[in-house]
Order: sequence, then structure tokens, then C-alpha cells
Amino acid sequence: MHLLEPRAQSSRKMRWLAPVYAILLTLITGALLFTALHKNPFHALYMFFIAPLTTSYGWSELLVKASPQILIAQGLAVGFRARVYNIGAEGQLIMGAIFGGGVAIMTDGSTSHWILPMMVIAGAVGGALWGALAAWLKTQFNAEETLTTLMLTYIATLLMAYMVNGPWRDPSGQNFPQSIMFSDTATFPILLEGSRVNVSVFITLAVVVVFWVFISKSFLAYQIEVSGQAPAAARYAGFSQKKSIWLGLCLSGLTAGLAGVGEVAGPVGQLNLNISPGYGFSAIIVAWLGRLHPVGMVLAGFLMALIYLGGEAAQVSLQLPSAMTGLFQGMLLIFLLAADAFINNRFRRRKRAARFA
Amino acid sequence: MSIAQILPVLAASMGAATPLLLAGLGELVAERSGVINLGVEGMMLIGAIAGFACAVDSGLGAWAGLGAGAVAGAIASLFFAIPALSLSANQSACGLALTIFGVGLSAFIGQNYVSYSLPGMQPWPVPGLASIPWIGPVLFNQAPVVYVALALFAVTWWILARTRVGLVLRAVGESPDSAHAIGYPVLLIRYGAVMFGGAMAGLGGAYLSTVYTPLWVQNMTAGRGWIAIALVVFASWKPGRLLIGAFLFGGVTILQFHAQTLGITVPIQLLAALPYLATVVVLVVISRDKRLVQLNLPASLGKPFLPN
Repeated sequence: MHLLEPRAQSSRKMRWLAPVYAILLTLITGALLFTALHKNPFHALYMFFIAPLTTSYGWSELLVKASPQILIAQGLAVGFRARVYNIGAEGQLIMGAIFGGGVAIMTDGSTSHWILPMMVIAGAVGGALWGALAAWLKTQFNAEETLTTLMLTYIATLLMAYMVNGPWRDPSGQNFPQSIMFSDTATFPILLEGSRVNVSVFITLAVVVVFWVFISKSFLAYQIEVSGQAPAAARYAGFSQKKSIWLGLCLSGLTAGLAGVGEVAGPVGQLNLNISPGYGFSAIIVAWLGRLHPVGMVLAGFLMALIYLGGEAAQVSLQLPSAMTGLFQGMLLIFLLAADAFINNRFRRRKRAARFA
Repeated sequence: MSIAQILPVLAASMGAATPLLLAGLGELVAERSGVINLGVEGMMLIGAIAGFACAVDSGLGAWAGLGAGAVAGAIASLFFAIPALSLSANQSACGLALTIFGVGLSAFIGQNYVSYSLPGMQPWPVPGLASIPWIGPVLFNQAPVVYVALALFAVTWWILARTRVGLVLRAVGESPDSAHAIGYPVLLIRYGAVMFGGAMAGLGGAYLSTVYTPLWVQNMTAGRGWIAIALVVFASWKPGRLLIGAFLFGGVTILQFHAQTLGITVPIQLLAALPYLATVVVLVVISRDKRLVQLNLPASLGKPFLPN
């Protein structure tokens, strides 16, 4: 039963190899799955992971899908470093979309250049508030953030449903639950002609740089990390766990809110019930896979975007449901967690004495 | 508001409480053994689609579906248990991965079952008892599986509180090192508890898809798995309180459907948010007393066990 024993020293090599093993295991299991579905596994894996990247449109879509996940993961990583497990980034994304999109709806018709910046700020505030709510419940009432952030996600989803069915429903939208389409003033300019890549990728880029500096240079980031790993030591050094709970949840809410605005003022262009295919959840995998490192998470974000892209391709070219995406994401995370066990442990060596006992 | 209006609401609450009771009870047993599995939502969904698919394809009806759901849930729990128990991986993250996987897998399989529906299960009035005024129609005129759920609850409670098996399980959750030292197979017991949790979650999911609303809708558990986890905290790891909690939440869930007859005029989406809102409120009320939580919390909850 007991497969592992602790290593004398944790393996640095394994820390970076684990994602590679996890990806390989996911591919192998994926191949087996395709075989079981009577698809040629090599052809299927090619269609899933490589064919989408043979066109320039594919690459632009990769960027469109990677950007929000990378953005959210950066914020989540701050919390994860402090062992604050915000798993409700999806809800914070939706609140960001409601706040940011609200600005667009209420200022519709205006051509002011201030509208887009106002939307971005409103979205960041909306997401951060939703995160702050969980932080308040945790610090004030000790309510577990894993559960509260998730419940707040369902509440945010229903709030969105209420808004697009009620006060913000497009009067000429044939009763579909959606808002008006945002005007050009309220959408990010397209960066590459013929694609959906827009200016919001610069927000992601800026956030990555800021967090990289923050994590590698700032004392605050160090304190957050200590408070996660040794709360008692952190308290002794005058840094309370409460601060890192507030910071972790507000910052991850903020980046998720930014991602929400990025979607509604970008590829989606309105408020509706399908603004995110679950970026808030897949960003958790991005954070883990990227080892909570700003650059690692960029790479992981592109991989996760490729899985989304592959899921769409599987639907078209393999006649498989796009839910393949969730399957691959779940497998990847499980294999990663399993491989991570070998950072601090190794396979138990059979003890001679035990055999004769 | 008259008794005649309230009785159907109470009776419906029993049905709505059943999946929460089943999944919550399974999670409670797992947590009592020291393992927190956040994959309940995923296991419920896998149970829901497995149960639905079995009931449709085999033609054997809801009972076969319920059995298939329980088996599927138990198998799905291994997806959590192998990394979390044998490899000592982070339990919260493994559970989350199982949920992501379960959402994907159930949608993947369910794609072929979207337009099907099942006959469901007729209520079975318990002879004699069903005619008791007020209580009869509420408690004793339910689908048979509701009685099964209550029986499972009673048996689990009895085993946990009164038998040697329960004692060992609780010992493993409180102090795995001591249990290991006395010679109990800690991991094996935890595997058993987690798989029981999976079977109960799968059963709860299959109840939703074959009895409660006998059709398949993507993500049809709608957060009930997470609410079940919250209920375990609400119950402070005690089965009796879990039963009360499940009925309270069942009632809140039902309220939205009967709001109009009860004269409440609030937008439907905001009513639908009630169960989630109630979960947050309940978590806050229960968790604020840190001492109470600490007192009942299984001491090794969430900590991997790796004997030296």
C-alpha cells in the first residue's frame, strides 16, 4: 500500500520534470481514450494538438484563449503561495464582466475615449470586491474560502442571468438572454487584422511583468509565502495571515475581473451567459502547472489554451464532443499532482528485514 | 398561506434533500477517516450520467440506474484516492481535479443522451402511515428511493457511532499514527471510506437523473456536491445534524418553485441563488465559533499519511 518514502532533500529536478511527465501521461491516456473510441490515436492526437496550430488563425486563437487564463493564474498564484485556495475565480471573472460591461451598457451612445479605461477599472474593482467578500468571510468569520468562493461563483452566475434576462436585456434581441452588443468605443481595438487578438493582451503582458517583479523582488511577496508555509513564524515576524488572505483573494479577484472585462469587451462583445468556457477553473491548473512562477504560468497558459483549441477541433474534425477539453484538463491536473508527489518523496525501497518479519 | 399550501412544499423538500443527504453522508464518512475529498460534485455528475445511461440502455429502469451510479461514483473516487492516498498528493487539489474531470467526462458521455427521458419513479405511500394527517403525506408518500436513503442514513449512523468498524474509522481520522502502530491498515481503511463516499455521491447523482428530474442535462447537479461538502461542516461531522441540514437545504431549494403560490414575487434567478446564499450564511454562522469547529474536526483531516 505504501508506495513512497520521504526524500532526504526535495528534488529540484523533479519540480520541473513533473509537468513534463504529467503532459506525457496525459497524451498517452488520451491516445488510449481515442483508441477506445475507434479513432486512430496518432491521427486524433495530431488533429487535437497540432492541426489547430498549422494556420495563422489557429495561433491567433491560441493567444486569445491563453491571455485570460494567464492573467487569472497570475493573481491566483499570489494566494496559492500563501495557501489561500481561491477556487472561485470564475465568479470573480463574471463579476468583472458585469461591472465592466455595466459601464458599457450605461454609457452606450457616448464616444468618449474614457469609456474603455473606465470599463477596465470597473471590471478590476468588481472582481476584487467579489474576492474581498470571501476574504472578509474568512478573516472575520473563519468561513473556508474554498467553499465560499465557489458558492459566490454560482451566485455571480445567477446575477448575470438576472441582469441579461431583466434590466440589461437587449430590447431588440428576440428575447435571448443577452445584452446589447457593445459599440466600438466600448471594445478593445483589434490588434491583428482578421483575428480576434485585441489590445487586452497588453494588460496580460503588463500583469505578468508586474507580478514577476513583485514575486522576485518584493519583501511583501516573501512575507506572503512565509505566512503560507509557517504561519507561526510569520506571526512572530509581525506579519499576520489575515493580510495574506486579503491580498491573495483581492489580487486574484482583480486579475479575474480584468479577464472578465477582456472577454466582454473583446471576443464576446456583450454580456451573455457564455462569456467564459471555464477560464476561472482552468486557470487553477495553469497556476499549478506553471509552478506558480509568472513565466512558467505563461507557458502553462498556452498549453491550456491549446487544449481548449483542440477540444473545438475535435468537435469539427473528429466528431467528438467539445467536452473532451474538460477530460484532458482533469487528467492533466491529476497526473501533475501525482507526479508532484515525487518532489519530496521517492519510491519506497523494499526493505529486506520486512520480508522476514 | 395555509397548511394545504405548505404540505406539498414540505413533501417536495424531502425529495430535494435526498441527493444532499446521500452525498453529504458519504463525504462525512470520508472526512471522519481524515480525508477531505472536494470531488463530490464530479462524482455526483459521473454517477448521474452513468445511472441515466444504464437506465436508458439496459431498459431495467431507475433501480438499475441507481446501482450503476453508485458503482460509477465509487470507481470515480479512485481517481482521487490513488494520488491523494497512495501518493500523498494535496487532497484539496486532487478533489478539485476530480470535479473538473467529472464535469468533462459526464458532458462527454452525456452528449449522446441529451434528448432522452425516463419514466422516473412513482411515489410509494407506506401502507397505514401515509394516512396520518399532515405527517403522512410529507414523510410517507415518497419515491421508494427516498426511504432507501433514510435507511442508508440510519445504518451509516449506527455503524459510525456504535460498532467497532466505526470506532476504527474514527480512530484513523483522529490519529492515523496510533492506529497504524496498533496494526490497523490506515490506507486501506481510508480507501474504503473514500470509495463509500464516492458510491454515495454517485447514488445521489443517479437519483437526480433517474428519479428527481428523470433526464440528463449537462452540469445538472448545479453545485449540490459543493453544498454537500458545506453541509458536513454545518453538521460538525455529526450524522444527525447532517440530516437536519439536508432537509433545511432541500426546503430552500424547493422554495423557489413554490414562491409564486406562497405569494413571493422575486425574480427567478435571485430565488435560484438562495441555496448558495444560504450555504454561505450557514458556513459563516457555524465557522465563527472556532472552538466548536476545532472540537469536532477530525484531527488529521486533510493531512496525508505516510508511515516511516
